[in-house]
Amino acid sequence: MVNFSINLLAEAKIVYTDGGVLAEFAWTIVVLPFLAALLITFFGKNLPLKGAEIALGTVGYIFLYSSALMFVHVTEGIANEFFINVGTLGSFDIEFGWVVDGLSIMMYFVVGTVALLVFIYATNYMEGEIRYTFFFNSLTLFAGSMLVLVSSPTLIQILIGWELVGVCSYLLIGHYWENKDNSSAAMKAFITNKIADVGLMIGIIILALSSGSLRISEILYQATHDYTAIQNVAFVSGILLFIGAMGKSAQFPLHVWLPDAMAGPTPVSALMHAATMVTAGVYLLARMFPFYKSMASDALDIVMLFGVITLLMAGLVAVVQDDLKKVLAYSTVSQLGYMVAAIGSGAYTAALFHLWTHAFFKALLFLGAGSVIHSVHSNSMLEMGGLRKVMPKTFATFIIGTVALAGLPPFAGFFSKDEILASFNHEGETTFFFIAVLGAFITAFYMTRAVALTFLGEYRGHGHPHESHKMMTTPLLVLAVFAIGSGWANIPGVYTGFTTWVTTRKTPIVEYHPESFDMYALSLGLAAGLLGIALGYYLYQLQGSAETGDEKIKIQPIWTVLENKYYLDNFYFKFVIDPVKITFAKAIDSFNTNVIDRFINGFGQIVSFLGGIVYNNFDQNGIDKLLNLSSTGTDAAGSKVKLLQTGRAQQYLMLFLGGVIVISLLILFII
Amino acid sequence: MEIFEIVTYFVLLLLLSTTVRVVTTSNVIHAAISLVFTLALTAVLFLMLSTEFVALVLVLVYLGAVVVLFLFGIMITRAPLGKNAELDNDQNKKLGALISGSIFFIFSYILVSGFDGEVEITSGTSTELLGEVLLSRFVFPFELVSFVLLAALIGGITLARKDEALIDEDQI
Amino acid sequence: MIVQPVLVVAAALFSLGIYGILVRRNAVMVLLSIELILNSVNINFIMFDTMLSDALMQGQVFTIFIITIAAAEVGIGLAIVLMLFRNRQTANINEFDLMKW
Repeated sequence: MVNFSINLLAEAKIVYTDGGVLAEFAWTIVVLPFLAALLITFFGKNLPLKGAEIALGTVGYIFLYSSALMFVHVTEGIANEFFINVGTLGSFDIEFGWVVDGLSIMMYFVVGTVALLVFIYATNYMEGEIRYTFFFNSLTLFAGSMLVLVSSPTLIQILIGWELVGVCSYLLIGHYWENKDNSSAAMKAFITNKIADVGLMIGIIILALSSGSLRISEILYQATHDYTAIQNVAFVSGILLFIGAMGKSAQFPLHVWLPDAMAGPTPVSALMHAATMVTAGVYLLARMFPFYKSMASDALDIVMLFGVITLLMAGLVAVVQDDLKKVLAYSTVSQLGYMVAAIGSGAYTAALFHLWTHAFFKALLFLGAGSVIHSVHSNSMLEMGGLRKVMPKTFATFIIGTVALAGLPPFAGFFSKDEILASFNHEGETTFFFIAVLGAFITAFYMTRAVALTFLGEYRGHGHPHESHKMMTTPLLVLAVFAIGSGWANIPGVYTGFTTWVTTRKTPIVEYHPESFDMYALSLGLAAGLLGIALGYYLYQLQGSAETGDEKIKIQPIWTVLENKYYLDNFYFKFVIDPVKITFAKAIDSFNTNVIDRFINGFGQIVSFLGGIVYNNFDQNGIDKLLNLSSTGTDAAGSKVKLLQTGRAQQYLMLFLGGVIVISLLILFII
Repeated sequence: MEIFEIVTYFVLLLLLSTTVRVVTTSNVIHAAISLVFTLALTAVLFLMLSTEFVALVLVLVYLGAVVVLFLFGIMITRAPLGKNAELDNDQNKKLGALISGSIFFIFSYILVSGFDGEVEITSGTSTELLGEVLLSRFVFPFELVSFVLLAALIGGITLARKDEALIDEDQI
Repeated sequence: MIVQPVLVVAAALFSLGIYGILVRRNAVMVLLSIELILNSVNINFIMFDTMLSDALMQGQVFTIFIITIAAAEVGIGLAIVLMLFRNRQTANINEFDLMKW
């Protein structure tokens, strides 16, 4: 029986258990994907489904286990963590382990559910594609890496999981690497993340050194109990950790990799770049939230600022996209901005709640987009249209996803977005509040545009679109159920189970918990959403822009600026990449060619010179001459000895007698 | 020294000198005649040793047949007669002298170190006894030797004859 | 009867015969020298026979055989020399060197 009370501005008295056997063996869901990846590597190609069955089995197991954990957590509450010591480095103990508390269980459940549905979808979507087995291998590895990340009780394991998901992202984005654009996109993702990871690493080092431990629970304890060592570095390390989160969660200005990451197959986009990997930054902030709240509240303000900038900027760019997946990508960036801004304003639960609902409906939208793209064989919305007639299930689920994203009740997005707006309002951040409302308007607008261009009107393309296979539409239906129902986990004033779930941690969370709906925020948010849908529908359906593709609101030069993504990529190329490329890279390249290569070539030349010496002197002159000597020697000796054969009997007799004399002398006098 | 001994020494000396003349003279006829003297002196030596039969055989066979054969051979092979015949291989002389000197030295060393003293000559071997031994104990080699002589005879004739058949073969 | 001088003279005869074989250029002269050698061996045999007073007189018997064989050998040898002379018109043994290298 749950026994708790939630008060305003007070620490919730959370009661939890240690999870028992279920928590003790939670490490299996982390380790199993790696074993499965190994199995797929060795046996995948020979199996009937070419390795997909191993992957499906693994994520099925993860789903079941995380559901079991979720069930126990909902009924009883678990907060526990386990450590395994693998060695010491100086004064630090290097430990790995797994955490079983509210935040982690919620993440396990999200990963398990979305991964299972995406894997089922991908089994059909990727059929016949190149490197099918390797694809599932990478996907399984990714699932394992994400679980490593969200289950880590130490900073070192978070870093390892962080890098692992980065690698898997690189592998999966660049799945069709035969096309140079795709491999460049993978490289862009990896390098952008790597730049952000520098901040993460420095932040971790500073935190570890100042607190003397790598354990997160230890650091959080020190933070909440006002240890001075940590207090001195709190702001700096907080900012640095956020920089790491910026890379992974695509905050402005490090968001540039996410739209290009759409070059990967759609299941990848659905799993990684909607639900799981991009939420790792938010997860990190959430995990370290007590630290931020107690000691680095100034850092939180900066976090909020960047989140708000992101949500607005990304939303505006999403309006001008013609590629369906890019719309969804920018939408993801924008929603991540919402989550980050929520954490920045101190709303821990709201951010995680939005993460939770967003995972489901964004995955739904991506899978639906994948279904459309698979059927039309094109990403561009200009070649779509009128698909509601031929793809009813996809259409229905896509509508549900859109409405959930736009934030209309009773769909999931309404509840989560409303909580964020309420938090802004409560904290008194008026500017950010209005920007967030504007963001909601823009979100609804571009999603309606996307729906109109894709499904409404008449078909503008040249192919024969048809509804997708059952294996692709069934996950859509399941996700649609989640997109509707997942928001009911946290209704202020009615049922706030979700809050309990995610705040059940070893370190208590201090935040504001609303007792009921904030009507001001609710009304503004709802109005913004409805207005956005209405405007979108008007412009694109009623004005016929959907049929002609002529978008009457292309107001230049704003449209051009948005189309060029604020020239941010150009900026990066000119001021970040080119200086490095032209000066640094060229310098290193010339160093490589002139110094290192010459050095190695010098070795080679020395060796070949020595070899020449050996060859000429030893081999040719020495050994060959020696061998030749044996033949010429024998020849010479023979030609000298043959002269003995004169054919004259007297000389033969002389030789014979000479021998006889010698022998007789020997016998007579010596022997 | 007894007279017998002196005579023996004399005979030996003559023997040596004739032999030296055989191998060093540049006149072939002189060499053949010197051989006659050598063989005769050997027969004398045998007589002094009371082995008359062997001396007789030597004179008969060697002096009567072999030397004649040699003279015939000299004539048929048109050996250059007269003193200024180049009879020696000049290049072999030094080495030949060395070798023969060594052989002499070795032989004499063995003989001198092996045998010594004087020996008593018996009154005379009976030719009768020799005949008996030859035809009883050594009859087998005796007969074989006669075969050898026959073979040599036939062989010699076959080798040396010149007849029309052979000439025809040569012309073919 | 003195022993050693006779034997030594026999040895000298032998070596003179060797000298003659090695040095003489005419084939007939070489055969002549061979006779010298055989002769020296005969002297030795008889000498030993006298020294040993052999009942079987093996020394003398053997000497007879040697003489006989020597005669046969000279016959054959001269026949061969005759043939050689017919072929090469010369009795110079330096000319008969077809077996050289």
